[in-house]
Amino acid sequence: MTESIVRKIPVASEVSERISPTVGTVLPIISTQDLSLYYGATQALKKIAFQINERVVTAFIGPSGCGKSTLLRCFNRMNDLIDNVRIEGVVEIAGQDINGKQVDVIELRKRVGMVFQRSNPFPKSIHENIAYALRLHGLTNKDALSEAVEKSLRQAALWDEVKDRLHASALGLSGGQQQRLCIARAIAIQPDIILMDEPASALDPLATSRIEELILDLKREFTIVIVTHNMQQAARVSDFTAFFYLGELIEYDSTRKIFTNPANRQTEDYVTGRFG
Amino acid sequence: MAARQAKRRCLAALIGQHDFNHLMQHTAPGENRTAGWMGIRRGHRARPLEWLVEKFIFLVSLSAILMIFLIFVFVGREALPIVFGRMNSSLVRKVIPPENLDQLTPRELRDYLELTEAQLGAMDRDTRKLLMELKVETAKDIPKDKDAAINTTSWRYLVFPYQWSDYERPVSIWQPISQIPKYNIAPLIIGSIKTTIIALLFSVPMAIGAAIFVSQLAPARVKEIVKPSVELLAGIPSVVLGFFALIVMASFLQSVGGYESRLNSFVAGIALGLAIIPVVFSIAEDALTSVPRSYTQAALALGSSRWQAAWHIVLPAALPGIFAAIVLGFGRAIGETMIVLMASGNASIVSWNGFDSTRTITATIAAEVMEAVVGGPHYRMLFMIGSLLFLVTFVSNLFGELFIHRLKSRLEGKAG
Repeated sequence: MTESIVRKIPVASEVSERISPTVGTVLPIISTQDLSLYYGATQALKKIAFQINERVVTAFIGPSGCGKSTLLRCFNRMNDLIDNVRIEGVVEIAGQDINGKQVDVIELRKRVGMVFQRSNPFPKSIHENIAYALRLHGLTNKDALSEAVEKSLRQAALWDEVKDRLHASALGLSGGQQQRLCIARAIAIQPDIILMDEPASALDPLATSRIEELILDLKREFTIVIVTHNMQQAARVSDFTAFFYLGELIEYDSTRKIFTNPANRQTEDYVTGRFG
Repeated sequence: MAARQAKRRCLAALIGQHDFNHLMQHTAPGENRTAGWMGIRRGHRARPLEWLVEKFIFLVSLSAILMIFLIFVFVGREALPIVFGRMNSSLVRKVIPPENLDQLTPRELRDYLELTEAQLGAMDRDTRKLLMELKVETAKDIPKDKDAAINTTSWRYLVFPYQWSDYERPVSIWQPISQIPKYNIAPLIIGSIKTTIIALLFSVPMAIGAAIFVSQLAPARVKEIVKPSVELLAGIPSVVLGFFALIVMASFLQSVGGYESRLNSFVAGIALGLAIIPVVFSIAEDALTSVPRSYTQAALALGSSRWQAAWHIVLPAALPGIFAAIVLGFGRAIGETMIVLMASGNASIVSWNGFDSTRTITATIAAEVMEAVVGGPHYRMLFMIGSLLFLVTFVSNLFGELFIHRLKSRLEGKAG
């Protein structure tokens, strides 16, 4: 099994016109080699080796507990926060080993943003939620802050809904709005990569579709990696899809290929809903 | 019949009972109607034990509230004559010659001899006369002082400074044991406030700093050691802490600070601070820990350091709880008795200088209540300052609660 995991990266020519804006210039931005992760004695990731392309949407699918969220959290080292985690192998982002001793994890997280499963705006005003992120990175001028807040809210398609109550608490927003606020906050600091951990799993279908539109919009500027349980969502928004099972990368290919003609039997069973 | 069967099946599906017939088998034909659906009419009789326990717990909590109320009523009642100015402590009184005994109504006699109806009723005429003669004797011993005619328990003398004879300027003094007892409460109030402020200034930053460290920054192993050891401080009896302050801390702090009086509100404040650190710490730590982890994660994922996440995000979110911790610490500090009694020097001086000896309301009550005559002006004064203390803590808790409520609703986005 192990050797079959090391896969070729799908290159642009193999991929459909879905990746339209960047066809021909796709470059790997994240790559892992023999990445294994242990929670205590339990191995959660087993020698993952693959690459993620720049400015495309890559979806991670797989049944619960297959390690897809864990892998996502490896990319901005959020696993550091959990006790008893041990990582082997290499994760390179833009050619740099992010687990290296000299890496400043704070700098890393500025470049690799994250959106969580449950929307988690700070208990502050809408404006302050985004301004906080900007201030962390040295923007202090008031006018510049307001401008940047507006820009990222527009980018997250939230501006029209909240422009009249920027100074009201963010916790008064609806679930979908809160999640878009979290996305606005993540993109405000202009990361290169945005990691999304089931961003729409707690939302109703309408809010979900707005998030999906947003993702398609954002991929022009950002590399997006999204973990999802929703097969249709993966099919709708992603350009590439990786299927994980029990900590292993089973199949990784263009989304169209995975959903229409998967090479692996397990993948086929999963995407057609026969298990998982 | 078939329709009824279908209905039964329907019911069975509703209540999740697949085999309804088996339920019916255990019921005698006459009792058919009490089975199944009729059971929902039984109300609390269905679970008598739970109902009983519930009522019992309700009674217990009610009696706790009642207890607090009764304590306040009792303490307040003893202080009422002073509050309404009905107490008279002036030494110069009208003297009625004993021969006039028969001309007095029982009511007048009772007021004159300061007796209750029962006491008066138990006396024969001779005893009454003897008491009246005693009055005349006492009147002869009253000092020839203009102050002797003053009712020192009236509010004017309790609150404002007054120039007593032999004094060069108006003063506020608490001097209940003297020829002319003086009950000015200003020095005691200043002493209590001064000591409490010093205690809070010393302990709140330390306790909250420790709470932030333990809940947000410390590795699990350090947390396991620090948290219980801070909370262990709460287990030190305050008399031991007071003893420690009196013997060890007072000398040490004096040798470092080089101030004049060895025991003062600074020493008492620091010792008091040690007593309230665990109170403030454990509530603040709880408040910080209960801030959802997702806030911290969001902040970290945006590229903030752990410290920035704790300071900018978690601390503001935990502010209601932290404020509650401070209010509780304040209540404990202003009400604590043993430490201030031992370490403050017990001099009732009007001075805001933290290095002067001082005396608090609590220490005064503890030290003097045993020697005060029950029902006398001194006794009533002690109850008065006791109720004052009660009122202060009650009001501070009330406003604290209101403020916390506002903070909370602002955090939750309910109010602008």
